[in-house]
Amino acid sequence: MALTRSQRLARLPDLLKQRILVLDGAMGTMIQGYKLDEAGYRGERFKDWHRDVRGNNDLLNLTQPKIVREIHQQYFDAGADIVETNTFNSTSISLADYGMEDLAYEFNKAGAALARAAGDALEEIDPSRPRYVAGAIGPTNRTASISPVVTDPGFRNVDFDELRLAYRTQTEGLIDGGVDMLLVETIFDTLNAKAALFAVDEVLEEKGLELPVMISGTITDRSGRTLSGQTTEAFWNSLRHVKPLSIGLNCALGADLMRPYVQELSRVADTYVSAHPNAGLPNEFGGYDETPEQMADALRHWAGDGLVNIVGGCCGTSPVHIHAIAEAVKGITPRPPADRPARMRLAGLEPFEMPAF
Amino acid sequence: MTQPRTAIFINVGERTNVTGSARFKKLILNGDYEAALAVARQQVEGGAQIIDVNMDEAMLDSEAAMVRFLRLIASEPDIARVPVMIDSSKWSVIEAGLKNVQGKAIVNSISLKEGEEAFIAQARKVRRYGAAVVVMAFDEKGQADTEARKVEICRRSYDVLVNKVGFPPEDIIFDPNIFAVATGIEEHNNYAVDFINATRRIRAELPGAHVSGGLSNVSFSFRGNETVRQAMHAVFLYHAIAAGMDMGIVNAGELPVYEDIPAELRERVEDVILNRREDATDRLLEVAEKYKGGGARKEADLSWRQAPVNQRLTHALVHGLTDWIDEDVEEARQAADRPLSVIEGPLMDGMNVVGDLFGAGKMFLPQVVKSARVMKKAVAYLLPYIEAEKDGAANRSNGKVLLATVKGDVHDIGKNIVGVVLQCNNYEVVDLGVMVPCAKILETAKQEKADIIGLSGLITPSLDEMVFVAKEMQREGFHLPLLIGGATTSKVHTAVKIDPAYQGPVVHVIDASRAVGVAGNLISLAARGDYAQGVKGDYARMREAHARAQANRARLPIADARANRARLDWAAYEAPQPLKPGLTVFEDYDLAELVSRIDWRPFFQAWELAGTFPAILEDAVVGEAARNLYADAQAMLQRIVGEKWLTARAVVGLWPANTVGDDIEIYADASRSAVKATLHTLRQQMAREAGRDRPHLALADFVAPKETGVADWIGGFAVTAGIGLEERAKAFEAAHDDYSAILLKALGDRLAEALSERMHERVRTELWGYAAGESLSNEDLIAEKYRGIRPAPGYPACPDHTEKGILWQLLDAENNTGITLTESYAMTPTAAVSGLYFAHPDAKYFGLGKVERDQVADYTARKGMDMATMERWLAPNLNYEPATTDGVAAA
Repeated sequence: MALTRSQRLARLPDLLKQRILVLDGAMGTMIQGYKLDEAGYRGERFKDWHRDVRGNNDLLNLTQPKIVREIHQQYFDAGADIVETNTFNSTSISLADYGMEDLAYEFNKAGAALARAAGDALEEIDPSRPRYVAGAIGPTNRTASISPVVTDPGFRNVDFDELRLAYRTQTEGLIDGGVDMLLVETIFDTLNAKAALFAVDEVLEEKGLELPVMISGTITDRSGRTLSGQTTEAFWNSLRHVKPLSIGLNCALGADLMRPYVQELSRVADTYVSAHPNAGLPNEFGGYDETPEQMADALRHWAGDGLVNIVGGCCGTSPVHIHAIAEAVKGITPRPPADRPARMRLAGLEPFEMPAF
Repeated sequence: MTQPRTAIFINVGERTNVTGSARFKKLILNGDYEAALAVARQQVEGGAQIIDVNMDEAMLDSEAAMVRFLRLIASEPDIARVPVMIDSSKWSVIEAGLKNVQGKAIVNSISLKEGEEAFIAQARKVRRYGAAVVVMAFDEKGQADTEARKVEICRRSYDVLVNKVGFPPEDIIFDPNIFAVATGIEEHNNYAVDFINATRRIRAELPGAHVSGGLSNVSFSFRGNETVRQAMHAVFLYHAIAAGMDMGIVNAGELPVYEDIPAELRERVEDVILNRREDATDRLLEVAEKYKGGGARKEADLSWRQAPVNQRLTHALVHGLTDWIDEDVEEARQAADRPLSVIEGPLMDGMNVVGDLFGAGKMFLPQVVKSARVMKKAVAYLLPYIEAEKDGAANRSNGKVLLATVKGDVHDIGKNIVGVVLQCNNYEVVDLGVMVPCAKILETAKQEKADIIGLSGLITPSLDEMVFVAKEMQREGFHLPLLIGGATTSKVHTAVKIDPAYQGPVVHVIDASRAVGVAGNLISLAARGDYAQGVKGDYARMREAHARAQANRARLPIADARANRARLDWAAYEAPQPLKPGLTVFEDYDLAELVSRIDWRPFFQAWELAGTFPAILEDAVVGEAARNLYADAQAMLQRIVGEKWLTARAVVGLWPANTVGDDIEIYADASRSAVKATLHTLRQQMAREAGRDRPHLALADFVAPKETGVADWIGGFAVTAGIGLEERAKAFEAAHDDYSAILLKALGDRLAEALSERMHERVRTELWGYAAGESLSNEDLIAEKYRGIRPAPGYPACPDHTEKGILWQLLDAENNTGITLTESYAMTPTAAVSGLYFAHPDAKYFGLGKVERDQVADYTARKGMDMATMERWLAPNLNYEPATTDGVAAA
């Protein structure tokens, strides 16, 4: 018998105190390995779809469920405690590029069910080890804080409510499909994330559920800022009201360049810290060169230095990377959440802390 | 001297408040948001740590104004760096504001005014949006005026927030109402004291919570007397801060220091604030007139205004300041020879500084976009002058740039930013959006007569699509510059994969801030040629470096490579017997027959004019130069042919041959009993990526192996069109006519190539005759659409030049054509071509790549040479460091 969601979640707090948990690696990179052509993406159901859909990886939840499930299983087998659903782009906003905005709920529900099925199968064999599924909620391809029209900096091509509604549908699909937790990730605009977290909070309240929420932002370059201009600490200050299970960083950077910002989060966050870097920076051909050993070595040091609680991989990582990472952090004491005095901590692009007196 | 608490008291800027600032209200009502932003910026520069934004004005759509102003602030990093206080008495305005701040803001304010239920609902929303909150001391009965009422309402609010809503106490700020004192109404006299005392109790009894207030109210009765008002503010703060007020909405730039207030004024103000005497108000009124109109105003740091104008422009661009841009640009314009020079000079210099800072991570995106706006404003100012100079010419943009995210990719943020930055710089931008198929890009580029095409992509497969677009541009004869950008793109990828696919300029643009400079260079007629060639040169060098790096990868043992040789289907192959075996010599080939066969593209390339022929003659940029050159070339060709300046000679040989191992044996006659000569070939040894199991080729693979019993043949040739060229060229040089000398050499090369092409055609159709019915146009010939290949020693497939010696003996080339080989196996005259003919339909050109020591040792033994000499000849193709002899490294 596989565990129930509440059984799984009941074990989570102890697990996080005992060891560093392992998140999965890249989905896109793995899918690329299957070298699907347009017809492969379309499957039978979308064979006459009016637009090209190759590259719409989330569509595979519907058209190539075996492949998606197989990838999830490979990550579990490699040692991942948590796999992310293949739903990074499954908001009506992102799917509109393929004319599939009306299928958002279905995409998410199917994606959640596939990951859950992979986890359930393994739990049946070994119920001592819970396999968690995190519903992946991506940033969409629009940004609520930056104008795409320079002559009109007040212009936006998406607003909070449009994002919120799109994220609601996604969240409902993910929860109905059986995810254990939600992961709002690759955040390059904190306002988008706030809309996502607002929606998640609403849906959870309506459903009377309390699922953990994980948050992961993206520092785009060495400036140490998100795309929308926030520093790491400002980013945390802007989202900590959600009381997430974890806050972390992913994508854009490899482990070496990401470290200072993870360190910063580790210092300020009174919750668990996650990190799933890329396998280095993309090389000149868009590939990623960092070997499993190199990544594992970097993350072993982070773990040893008490910076992280949950580690995994983003672009360019594979089950081999995850396996190496899982082995590398095994037995290392997880970081205790930061214990900071309560202060009013605000943020613009930069953090603001109310001094005490 | 400052009190410690004063030092950490939080200033909330109050000037961006339509209820508190008449000036700001006027700006907003007039829609002058730019000036309104300047007000916000001044406050932050003046030390405000948070800015209060209030749009509560009956004449305004307050929600819309709040949204617009917050969005505008978001693109002003020097304002947006601080948190915002969203200030309104209307919940709908507050909520609209909360949907437009990415940071953690403060809501100002909510209260129990409409009962506990509404209060809780609003507080929950504030929490969900992730903001802190100001709670007014206001309940169902009204606004609290006395100390007791203030404390009572705040305590009740606190309990509801902390216990029922779960609001963190540290995110609660109480505003216990600052009311005006010295109004002449006795009940008002204690208002300041009530506030101060309530503050002390709130801080003590409601742990974690803060106290704030709107300072300007307290001095309301002294409107018009700024000195007295500021003194009242300073004194009030001095005491309220001491009591625990830790935040205040104040004009941060104008706060006087308590100690600086004249003693007399300070004492009388203090009497009023602390309600120390019954006649306090009258006594303050007595002296108030005296102090009217004084008061130094603290200004923003304007020292940069003292710098020379070019530095001021750079400062304005870097800091995104538009306040003085018109006057600075005007000053620069007057100093410049032409208005355009202001753009190309100081303004572009400034933008380059911006680009450098951005590249170094010292500026971030919103700042750069803001700099672009300053640039746009500067350009807009100059435009009328530029137009006037053009003397009524049509309004022209800098150029038209077509942007697209390539097929299969939906990412467009970066592309959009490039678009706006270019627009700011007066480029017309045609943005095709995302997932744009190649055909649509090229079709639109033609329709719109674009000057530049920019491709963007974020995901890995986009890189291949970009290469495809480049190839299609080449195929369709485009010359437009091609810009490449996006997160996965790189200079190396552009150099290695995209640039070689397209002869027009290809430039990788690392970020948006560089786009303008690159576009400017590519569009400006003056700079384009040099710039494009510079980039091409850079990329060529990067390709070489990359090839070297790549080539150093793993090699297979030669035995493994041989096991993976190309296995042509010899059983099914009927080897064509030559119609005229042996040598055929052309003593004096008719030049007239060659003129129409010239491939002109390499000719123009030799003059560094890139493009396809004949389209190049009509090219907007190089067309005129190409036409003149072409006319001169045609004139000289007439004389070359008519006056017989040059003599063309050729020899072709066709021999029975079979492959043995990697060697090709050439037999004395059709009996194949005696080996006349042996040609040696080298085999590819690169380790291929998994899944790429293409054969490891050697030219020997294209001749039937001896054991197949197939009676195969091979050919060889040497041609020249350069007999007499050297003397003629020297004569031009002697006459200082270098142009004609170079032109002649270039034409000689072309004629030799044409002869080589023509000779190959005659071999196929007449001498060997395996393609007797072949009928190809000159274009098809140039595109090598025929059966068979003619690689020459020194080609990538057979880099060993020493094989030319064997060919020369076979052809008796020196006697038959007059072409001699130098010590380094170079041909003289230089207008000469030689090589081997392979007839098999599957024969193809390839690159040998680098080879390992095992093959070189074997090859050296087969050729009967010594290893060191062989390694010197093969140096560029060695995958290892050859052993040095006598301290001399192999070249």
